[in-house]
Amino acid sequence: MAEYSKKMVKVPTYSYLREQDADKLPVLDVRNLGIDFGGLTAVDSFNMTIGPTEISGLIGPNGAGKTTIFNLLTSVYQPTRGSILLGGIDTKGMSTHKVTRMGIARTFQNIRLFTDMTAKDNVKVGMHKDIKCSFISSLLRLPAYYKSEKAADKKAMELLEFMGLGDVADMKAGSLPYGVQRRLEIARALATNPSVLLLDEPAAGMNPSETAELTEQIRRIRDTFQIAIILIEHDMNLVMNVCEGIVVVNYGRIIAKGTPEQIKDDPAVIEAYLGKKEDA
Amino acid sequence: MAVLQYLINGLSIGSIYAIIALGYTMVYGIAKMLNFAHGDVIMVGAYISYCVMIYLKMPPVAAILAAIVVCTVLGVLIEALAYRPLRGTSSLAVLITAIGVSYFLQNAAQLIWGVAQKTYSSVVAMESIHLFDGKLLITGEVIVTIITSAVVMVCLTLFTSKTRMGKAMRAVSEDRDAAQLMGINVNRTIAVTFAIGSALAAIAGVLLCSASPALKPTTGSMPGIRAFTAAVFGGIGSIPGAMLGGILLGVIEELCKGLISTQFSDAIVFGVLIVVLLVKPTGLMGKQVQEKV
Repeated sequence: MAEYSKKMVKVPTYSYLREQDADKLPVLDVRNLGIDFGGLTAVDSFNMTIGPTEISGLIGPNGAGKTTIFNLLTSVYQPTRGSILLGGIDTKGMSTHKVTRMGIARTFQNIRLFTDMTAKDNVKVGMHKDIKCSFISSLLRLPAYYKSEKAADKKAMELLEFMGLGDVADMKAGSLPYGVQRRLEIARALATNPSVLLLDEPAAGMNPSETAELTEQIRRIRDTFQIAIILIEHDMNLVMNVCEGIVVVNYGRIIAKGTPEQIKDDPAVIEAYLGKKEDA
Repeated sequence: MAVLQYLINGLSIGSIYAIIALGYTMVYGIAKMLNFAHGDVIMVGAYISYCVMIYLKMPPVAAILAAIVVCTVLGVLIEALAYRPLRGTSSLAVLITAIGVSYFLQNAAQLIWGVAQKTYSSVVAMESIHLFDGKLLITGEVIVTIITSAVVMVCLTLFTSKTRMGKAMRAVSEDRDAAQLMGINVNRTIAVTFAIGSALAAIAGVLLCSASPALKPTTGSMPGIRAFTAAVFGGIGSIPGAMLGGILLGVIEELCKGLISTQFSDAIVFGVLIVVLLVKPTGLMGKQVQEKV
């Protein structure tokens, strides 16, 4: 840490904006975010602005604080400093389910599906807030139940098919192969109808052909649902391919921001990943 | 014929255990805590229905409804006041609090209704059935208990598998954090769980005291412990497990009492529990949980 503060890494201004996002307010505006655990500062002075339909990458070495940032964005942790504006509303003090209902969805680094439920039921849990049907009408099988169940079923199937999971809809989530589970997690996250989708290492454990497919899928998600996507990823091919803007963190601080081209050649990034040139 | 009689009686008392065990197992599955005050909610339910019938001279149906309403409110209050502030702290703290709540309820009941045992008048007005020249006696209570339990179990199974809240409950029990990230209000889901568990406890209280009419402030504790045992026996956290565990426990208990010895029946029941847990530590229908290292 000391090494970095001494060196005063220059942070390039983050200038990437998609044409269609011009003149629009950012969907997510993170200002000066920081969190301390006891005496340890895990994240500090974190700033990030995400356009409504932007795909951005959050990268950095292991333990840099990337997942902590996701946990802050979803209110799993409450920040010590700074603020998170989601669609212009400060999420400070809100519980996780509220923030989710406001439009943030995420997947997990280590897959956390409801393994005992079918793939379709997993997606339907994601639609929790949208299914409106009382206990009585569910038990008595009133027409309202059928109507809301049918609508939920239809939407769940659409999402599953969108993610190429149509034929595993009735299989238990826990019994599916790893790569399929990852896609199911994305489908479940999409079911919450998010405006920002956070993907925590979506390509982890995937082979190159699966990763290539995922790259396409991420773009397709953005284009179809017109949402912003932030991904944490170690697979640089995927990040450089799909992201329009990249933020690099190390020791909980931003060390670089920019387009993939800018990041590729940034000396601070190369140093964070590979060590200093002189040392090598 | 005697064995058949024991089996039927066992099925009846086992059904009551099962209803109580459902409360334990649902709360454990969703809030990950052992609610040792659950047995005392049964006692409160029995007292409420007793008061409504004796003092207000209302029909049994009104008494049962009153017991259900009061217990539901009580369960939600206990959760909100005693357990919710402790969420996220050590499970030991919650356990001690639960034991505290249990004593509180027993003593409050003693204060309100006195220590003296009251004689509960059965809510069932059905004639007993005599079969095989009077060799087999099926009381109205037994019939009502078994039917009520069956209805309760079917409703609960439909509720957890078909409704939105039921799905939310299953999601919370599998992974609380992930459920929150699906927009599920975990606090509300836990409150609903306590409400359902306590309503079931009220039903169990009425059935229990109708079958054995001695009502006193500690009435709930022994059936509570037995039902907890039944929940562990069936695999705690599992709803079908609690049903199976409760019924098996009741049947084993009655068979032991009838065929072996009344005094040793508890020893035998708990002996069976120990053997089952040695062979299958997660209980009969419990899931094998793999701990991450």
